[in-house]
Amino acid sequence: MSQDRILVQTADFSVPEEYQRIAADNQDGAVVTFVGKVRDFNEGNQVSDLTLEHYPGMTEKVLEQIADQARERWPLNHLTIIHRVGTMHLGEQIVFIGVSSAHRKAAFAACEFLIDFLKTKAPFWKLETSDKGQGWVEARDADDQAAKAWEQ
Amino acid sequence: MINVLFFAQVRELLGESSLTLDAGEGTATADALRQTLASRNDKWARVLASDKLLVAVNQTLCHWHTPIKDGDEVAFFPPVTGG
Repeated sequence: MSQDRILVQTADFSVPEEYQRIAADNQDGAVVTFVGKVRDFNEGNQVSDLTLEHYPGMTEKVLEQIADQARERWPLNHLTIIHRVGTMHLGEQIVFIGVSSAHRKAAFAACEFLIDFLKTKAPFWKLETSDKGQGWVEARDADDQAAKAWEQ
Repeated sequence: MINVLFFAQVRELLGESSLTLDAGEGTATADALRQTLASRNDKWARVLASDKLLVAVNQTLCHWHTPIKDGDEVAFFPPVTGG
């Protein structure tokens, strides 16, 4: 039974609460967290909101696999992935990644690995509303390259 | 029966989120299923011909030659963009 905290939800999350959970153990000297937000631009357009669609069932499965891979690579203690779905407005939080470890290098690397893999492997899709109307966000080669770099 | 799901642009362009098909020759592999669906009309042919289209069988991303059997869930979708 994995002790990872993996959630896909419409509700917002509290960074202080999630931090407390991850930072609870004194054996850990390092806690690294990442929050992804809705920003006001993409490809030169003024963005007002985003709608996140996902594939229920597959999403949770993929996030668990990514978490397992991170644990195989680094000595981690706590690991949290929260990804929101539904409509989010400018400035709102979309995704939270948090890990704890005895040392900072493992925690930093694992956090970056988790977000790179999540962005390219987990079945989430962004539908963006901007001053040019509504459109699906295209996958970026740079994200694919970031994920591939971990495989070398 | 094969349960087929569509997500994001693929769902929107086809105007369908799911359908079911009887298992048979036209559903033997992920690619055979894609071709069977593409033969419905020009719109389906165009959307399913995308070289960026991805396929998952039973909620695991897979290759086009992956075999499909009765009771499987097959999903077609574009490259992912979460995070």
